[in-house]
Amino acid sequence: MLREITLGQYYQAESRLHRLDPRVKLAGTLIFIISLFISQKVACYAVATVFLICMIRLSKVPFGYMIKGMKAIAFIMLLTVAFNLFLTSGEKLVSFWVFTITKEGLKLAIFTAVRLAYLILGSTLMTLTTTPNDLTDGMEKGLGFLRLFRLPVHEIAMMMSIALRFIPILMEETDKIIKAQQARGADFESGGIIKRSKALVPILVPLFVSAFRRANDLAMAMEARCYHGGEGRTKMKPLIYKAWDIRAYIILACYLSLVILTAVISPI
Amino acid sequence: MSIVETHNLSFDYIRRDEEGNVSSINRALNDVELAVEKGEFIAILGGNGSGKSTLAKHINAILYPTEGYVMVDGKKTSEEENILSIRQKAGMVFQNPDNQIIGSIVEEDVGFGPENMGVETKGIWERVEESLKTLGMWEYRKHSPMRLSGGQKQRVAIAGVVAMHPECIIMDEPTAMLDPAGRKDVIRAARALNDVEHITIILITHYMEEVIYANRVFVMEKGEIRMTGTPREIFSRLEELEELRLTVPQTTKLAAELKKRGLKEIPDGILTDEELIQSLCRSYLTM
Repeated sequence: MLREITLGQYYQAESRLHRLDPRVKLAGTLIFIISLFISQKVACYAVATVFLICMIRLSKVPFGYMIKGMKAIAFIMLLTVAFNLFLTSGEKLVSFWVFTITKEGLKLAIFTAVRLAYLILGSTLMTLTTTPNDLTDGMEKGLGFLRLFRLPVHEIAMMMSIALRFIPILMEETDKIIKAQQARGADFESGGIIKRSKALVPILVPLFVSAFRRANDLAMAMEARCYHGGEGRTKMKPLIYKAWDIRAYIILACYLSLVILTAVISPI
Repeated sequence: MSIVETHNLSFDYIRRDEEGNVSSINRALNDVELAVEKGEFIAILGGNGSGKSTLAKHINAILYPTEGYVMVDGKKTSEEENILSIRQKAGMVFQNPDNQIIGSIVEEDVGFGPENMGVETKGIWERVEESLKTLGMWEYRKHSPMRLSGGQKQRVAIAGVVAMHPECIIMDEPTAMLDPAGRKDVIRAARALNDVEHITIILITHYMEEVIYANRVFVMEKGEIRMTGTPREIFSRLEELEELRLTVPQTTKLAAELKKRGLKEIPDGILTDEELIQSLCRSYLTM
């Protein structure tokens, strides 16, 4: 079940996008998201579509693989579309039973759907082309300025990378606990939603206990290896901008100005 | 000069109730005297709850003595400013390989210690390469630790300590969670580090057959050191060991039983199969 979500997973491939500095990719995703909210004109979406398709082609990640990740959030998308479709007032288009679809509602629903889909595709593209470690490194360095506001950037990045490392271990552990409880006669498959969620308690309690124990062990192991926070720490793989990263920034700037320009000039 | 030295070392685990009052005091170490010379291979034996892990944590400055002191390379562990240099000098390997690997790729994990010490990037890579090659894990440097066997994971953990260029490595039951093949791997790695790199090894274990390569063995019970000596000396005191609920290797036991039944030529404290076979041949020839 949990294995099918591609959101936040890495797809191994050799592409220009994979080799980019994670900071560029983070900034790129942010710029792409901003560009989606600049205007509601069709032309702007056309520019964004072309840009997104180019990036997906460049990343060498199969499109079908990306779509698979969307399934998990299909329900949320459907819900927002439905809300926009039925609850916007304006010029009446169709009407049946208690529902009325208005022209404005239809337009809004389509835009929201496209916007959501692009938002998710854009951020999935980033996580698919960036290893979790690169991502946290990029965040630590790219958001380093937040330290001025007393935000513990290094600590948050370290927590994220440890969490990512322990996901597979805890999954394995969950599997073991489920099997152990099943061997003792626990039933996870039958009954209504309340009975089933009650059945989760004997899984979650041992899982939490073991997670805390692991956390304690890990903290000790980190201390034993001289870990003392971000101060005075050097990097094994420091992030250094290369020529292509600069070019990528220029491309991003061009893209953003193009979107703004279209928003101002285009009539629709 | 001793690399590790303890004097009058005692440690209490203090349990407090919700109001912060002391509800029970459990003495885990009692008056431990220990001196380890540079380049030695030391084994500390003991059953569950004998205080051997508590002792290990004192050497790495994770726990601080209630009474007495621990000196690592002439520095007291109880002094705050010594902690980082002590942890670099006396690295520690723990029992569970999964809970001590921090990186999500082997080479990143090995680089974690040097990163914390502030070694510059080029130096980190040199140390990672050198220590992974020493432990025979170089070809796995790009692997995820998840995909490795228990013995391999533990070797990665040791490589992570070796990359910090320690003078002494404390191994706290590094083989307890491994299968026999993994156990052999880890013990072989520990011996190689001692022989070739001249790193002092303090091996904590409850497997008797792992201590036969040690220069000296300490046997602990109830927070005290009960027996000290070479493996041969220790293994010849069979009754005492059994009183402490420690089982000697089968070969040693067999040799002792044979001697009891009349094979007087067999010496005390036989350690390996080969030794037993040789002495049996000798006694057969003289008969």
